[in-house]
Amino acid sequence: MLKIEGLVCRYGKVAAVRGLSLEVRKGELVALIGANGAGKSTTLKAISGLVAPAEGRLTFEGEDITRSSARRILQLGIAHCPEGRRVFPYMTVTENLQMGCHLRRDAASVASDMRKLFDRFPILYERRAQTAGTLSGGEQQMLAIMRSLMSRPKLVLFDEPSLGLAPTMVERVFDIIKSIQAEGVTVVMVEQNAFAALELSDRAYVLEQGRMTLTGTGAELLNNPDVKAAYLGA
Amino acid sequence: MKRLGTLAGLLFLFSIPLWLGNFYLLHVLIITGIFIIAAMSLNLLLGYTGQLSLGHAAFFGIGAYVSSLASLGFAVHLLPDWLVTLDPQPVWLGMACAIVITGLCGFAIGKVAFKVRGAYFVIVTISFAEVVRLVALNWDELTQGPMALNNIPPLSVVIPGLVDITFVGKPANYYLVLVFAILTYAIIARLVRSRAGRAMIALKENEALAASVGIDVTKYLVLAAVVSAAAAGAAGALYAHYVRIVDPNVFLFIYTVTMVIMVVAGGKGTLAGPVVGGVIFGLLPEGLRSLAIAPEVQWIVYGVLMILVVYLLPQGIVPALRAYRQRSRSLEPQDAPGANASARQAMP
Repeated sequence: MLKIEGLVCRYGKVAAVRGLSLEVRKGELVALIGANGAGKSTTLKAISGLVAPAEGRLTFEGEDITRSSARRILQLGIAHCPEGRRVFPYMTVTENLQMGCHLRRDAASVASDMRKLFDRFPILYERRAQTAGTLSGGEQQMLAIMRSLMSRPKLVLFDEPSLGLAPTMVERVFDIIKSIQAEGVTVVMVEQNAFAALELSDRAYVLEQGRMTLTGTGAELLNNPDVKAAYLGA
Repeated sequence: MKRLGTLAGLLFLFSIPLWLGNFYLLHVLIITGIFIIAAMSLNLLLGYTGQLSLGHAAFFGIGAYVSSLASLGFAVHLLPDWLVTLDPQPVWLGMACAIVITGLCGFAIGKVAFKVRGAYFVIVTISFAEVVRLVALNWDELTQGPMALNNIPPLSVVIPGLVDITFVGKPANYYLVLVFAILTYAIIARLVRSRAGRAMIALKENEALAASVGIDVTKYLVLAAVVSAAAAGAAGALYAHYVRIVDPNVFLFIYTVTMVIMVVAGGKGTLAGPVVGGVIFGLLPEGLRSLAIAPEVQWIVYGVLMILVVYLLPQGIVPALRAYRQRSRSLEPQDAPGANASARQAMP
């Protein structure tokens, strides 16, 4: 479904990603794990068109998206849920969701999608008229996830969905991501919380200094001694 | 209820020339109205897309010059032996030209804004205004330089057999400016409540996030800049045909500063903000004049008041009033179970 070949991304002279290749198949939940500065977030940004790749090729369902705009990539069906529960703080919950489907013009089906999502997150329905900045951290993350689903994506990129959340909330967020996958949406997730990410994912890639150093199924990597030593603290 | 209030407010505004005998005060109101239009246009850029244009007087001045020159006609050598002439055109056509040309200038500035943001955008807009001022000052053949364009005809609307109005005198110009101000307000209100407006607010709040949900950042920045510049150009044209003399001083930085003060003090990013700020800071100098012992005192008090407003109400007057009203409302049903929730909902 998504194929990355020899991706290089630079911020000025510093290369954040140095020749990364990976593949995501339809319906999978793929995790990218690695230390700070390994290039995980940059990889996601390159996929969604927010960072222009210096070298390499990205294809999504056969279409070359290496140079496509963020808008075009979203239209093709890739949604990005950025790091740090990014919501529009001065917009209401409802307005935030409307922003998520900025490219859709079918008001009726947007409304029905929003109703379905509100069924799933009743707490956000109660707070629909509140500005997003007044929500708790967990609620903001839920809202960010909901918003990324409003564009009816085929592939969702989650950047550190559990960052800074209370343990019960972390569990809740991972449950939601699992249920999104169960509905047939492909998921790529970047996580610091390597243990949870590996447990959850079908396959995972370990990134170090902008390169992929290991790959395998979640279970394989969980039992890999190197991974254990470096990321699981065992 | 709200409709009724709006209607009453409009009726009041339309009735002013009927009972206000003092033509000098009416003149102050007209100039204030023109500045309110300019401030509303600046608010679209500053308040809704978050881009501070410190060269807004440039659009105002270009509007004034374009409309004046089109209605006066001109003959100018673009090359030593290439003379371009324009016969005097109807004034309404001159105003339309002013709106179109300032809109095009806004397009150019909007494109630049996409490349340079923040402090750099501010510098670009200041430079733009300064360059335009120098051109107006030195291109004698076209603009008469510091001798100014004189005898600019007043706006007249002529539809043969139906309408024949010439806007001379204070009451006529007051109504003209009032109608333009209402139109500008309506256009901007319509724009910011549309999906384009939501997109502008989104890119002000968080540009990276806005791009990630598929908002075309350039498109909306340019759209805001074009509408903003065109409205400022219209205000400039109104000014030219009311005062009937235009010199390069219309590009002075102080006019931009006045607009910024009106927007920031009134509340940027709110529709009513520039209107409230404009009324207060447009009429304040006149109100202070009668109190002041010496002419300087007036401006000292003006400055102190301005500092107080910014210090005490950093969000601006309109958002502060709104917050106050909601706070006092949520205090009443304190023992009701939903009181806390409604207070949270009321947060701006």
